Amino acid sequence: MTDTTVAAPEKIHDWASPTSTARVRRRYAADRRLQIYGIAAITAAILVLATLVGSLVLSGYSAFVTSKATVEFYLDPNLIDKDDINNANYRKIVGDSFAKLFPEVTVPRQKTELQKILSTEVRFTLRDYVVANPDKIGQTVRLTVPLSDPFDQLYKGVIPARLNALSSQEAARFENRLKNRGLVEMVDGRTMAKINVYIDPAKVSADDIAAGNFQAILLEGIDALFPGQRVAGIYAMFDDSAAEVIKQRVIANPTLIGSTIEGLSVPVSPAYDTLNKGEIPKIPNPRVGGENEIAWFERLQNLNVLSSPFSTELFTNADSRFPEQAGLWGAIVGSFYALLICFLISFPTGISAAVYLEEFAPKNRWTDLIEVNINNLAAVPSIVFGLLGLAVFLNFFGLPRSAPLVGGMVLSLLTLPTIIIATRAALKAVPPSIRQAALGIGASKHQVVMHHVLPLAMPGILTGTIIGMAQALGETAPLLLIGMNAFITSAPDGFLQAATALPTQIYSWSDSPERGFVARTSAAILVLLGFLVIMNGIAIFLRQRFERKW
Amino acid sequence: MMQTQSMDVSQKASEMTPFQAALGDKAGAHSTDHEAMMRARQVSVFYGAKQALFDVNLDMPAKAVTALIGPSGCGKSTFLRCLNRMNDTIDGARVTGNITIEGDDIYSPAVDPVQLRARVGMVFQKPNPFPKTIFENVAYGPRIHGLAKSKTDLEEIVVNSLQKAGLFNEVKDRLHEAGTGLSGGQQQRLCIARAIAVSPEVILMDEPCSALDPIATAKIEELMDELRQNYCIVIVTHSMQQAARVSQRTAFFHLGILVEEGETSVIFTNPKDNRTQDYITGRFG
Repeated sequence: MTDTTVAAPEKIHDWASPTSTARVRRRYAADRRLQIYGIAAITAAILVLATLVGSLVLSGYSAFVTSKATVEFYLDPNLIDKDDINNANYRKIVGDSFAKLFPEVTVPRQKTELQKILSTEVRFTLRDYVVANPDKIGQTVRLTVPLSDPFDQLYKGVIPARLNALSSQEAARFENRLKNRGLVEMVDGRTMAKINVYIDPAKVSADDIAAGNFQAILLEGIDALFPGQRVAGIYAMFDDSAAEVIKQRVIANPTLIGSTIEGLSVPVSPAYDTLNKGEIPKIPNPRVGGENEIAWFERLQNLNVLSSPFSTELFTNADSRFPEQAGLWGAIVGSFYALLICFLISFPTGISAAVYLEEFAPKNRWTDLIEVNINNLAAVPSIVFGLLGLAVFLNFFGLPRSAPLVGGMVLSLLTLPTIIIATRAALKAVPPSIRQAALGIGASKHQVVMHHVLPLAMPGILTGTIIGMAQALGETAPLLLIGMNAFITSAPDGFLQAATALPTQIYSWSDSPERGFVARTSAAILVLLGFLVIMNGIAIFLRQRFERKW
Repeated sequence: MMQTQSMDVSQKASEMTPFQAALGDKAGAHSTDHEAMMRARQVSVFYGAKQALFDVNLDMPAKAVTALIGPSGCGKSTFLRCLNRMNDTIDGARVTGNITIEGDDIYSPAVDPVQLRARVGMVFQKPNPFPKTIFENVAYGPRIHGLAKSKTDLEEIVVNSLQKAGLFNEVKDRLHEAGTGLSGGQQQRLCIARAIAVSPEVILMDEPCSALDPIATAKIEELMDELRQNYCIVIVTHSMQQAARVSQRTAFFHLGILVEEGETSVIFTNPKDNRTQDYITGRFG
């Protein structure tokens, strides 16, 4: 301003020139590109998430309901000793009461088969009912009890009652090798195939034709029909009576021994018969059993005794060998205990360490080293902590295997760096002016931290802690190594009892062969995700509610 | 006093400085015949290897406002922070020399810095009330120092301090609302109330008005004028008008050296050193 004259600035740049406008255009294009990349990335992430959750819901929703049958049970006083209610033969009571729905079933073996429709757990459910209501002995009670896994799956429509008897290859082979070569004919409404058989004198003696090995003769004939295709399916193409047909033919004309019968019509097996009649041959689903079981099940459906209410068992039962009985309660309690231990160890330790490092420790090489190591600790794969827990807690200190105590200790190793880092960040976010204000009126360092800094940092600390806990809740590998994937059918009563946790329960279920566990696994994942969402929701709520703008 | 603030800055270079005008009738009205409350002798401060302050000798009298002026980075804030040992909280800061309060060496091992800070209160540049209620803000100091025997005692101290800080009438209906909800000027007065609640002998103010608007500034300045009846006040300020208006003694710092100190009226009307003259007339700074 003190300058005497200011020369008008020389025009050094023409803002309207084509190069200039092109540059501006390029800049805007770059802006737009960046936005598009971001939107694309977010869309991809949402799609992946939606696919994950969608597939889990699709495969898991059926586990949230259980198929049940409402059955009248006659609590036969002859079978239940009033003084020893626990040890009565409930198996027989269940069997007899259920069999009343099927008066036509009288064969004992079929009665046993019939019982397989209900879950094996039913007798224990009934026992618990009678123990709780001893006055009902001698009466008939209506109880809604779960079906066994195959019928549960059948009722939910997860598995079909009948399967295709023939695979598409088998059908195609019949079509190409027999039908298209004109070897198939209908005789009296029965599908027959023409086959050449050599009546091998080595297999049939003229003295005793009936004792001849016509089965082997038939198989040779089949082999000749399908050269180079020695697969089991080709033999199943012919009916069991085919060998008998050959035999009858030879008995009728013994001179055929040693010669080849050409174009002999033999019956094909029923499945191919059906196929040739233009229908799709079906067989009963072997998971369910045979035609009897299907008929019984249809009877139950017609009686209107089946229902599929919400499966409280999923949340109240512990693990079981039977998927319809397996629940998550044991895993939830185990996870809760483990997380409690984890919290009790890592929260005070983490905060103390962070407060010391952030507020008290001198900044020197040692504290730098500690800081680097804590940050590295957060990046250590969790299985390493599991191995550490196995080596130290179990082998060295001899703590019990599969115990939530050890699980919690291992998980706290994982959570500790997360909490320390989150706490330090939260402490750093408290403005120095607050510290100065407190120091300025004569608060000691300890008072500054305890009265001002820590309370202000608490929402951030809690957020970090909850996220650390959520991470610990989902952690599987370390728990596997300390045996928390054991098969345990009751919820733990304490920190030292063997238990499972949610992620390890998912792991064990995903490994189980029963069809019902597929849905159970997805349902367990959904429950675990639910817990994680709730925990993260709390963290977000805390952050929103108590976040302070400086 | 209000009018002087609106004075045109373009007069900067004129012979009669606005600061001299601001002195007005106050010039020479107060002599500093009080006993020095705080004395600094040969005070040097080092931040690591860098020396920030060189052999400062300064007396700060009781019942008077001492203003520390000087360009940015001249060491006046550093000096202020020596007076309540706030420099102790900075890593690598080292203070040599001798500072006394009523004859007691504040750097002697016998003195606890925490207790010293109760005797030497501090008000910061940016109002920094605790994110608590107004009552809790003021009550915090007395509470941690055990100054109140009972709840009524504590309430009395709080009300008293708020009254002294000229805030009580404005906040008496909302003592239990957040202190951070007040306006900037009110927050700063709350900080002053918080400082005087522990009955300090000295109040240090580090640019207390630099974050405030002129009206709030005027209120704080009035408050300072009242407070000096009872306290030794040391204020760091960038505003030379403010120094002229509120202080009885002024010390001019430049590049870590105390260039000149004396009665405010003398410093602003008849400085001995050319650098002081240049600074207060706005030739640099």
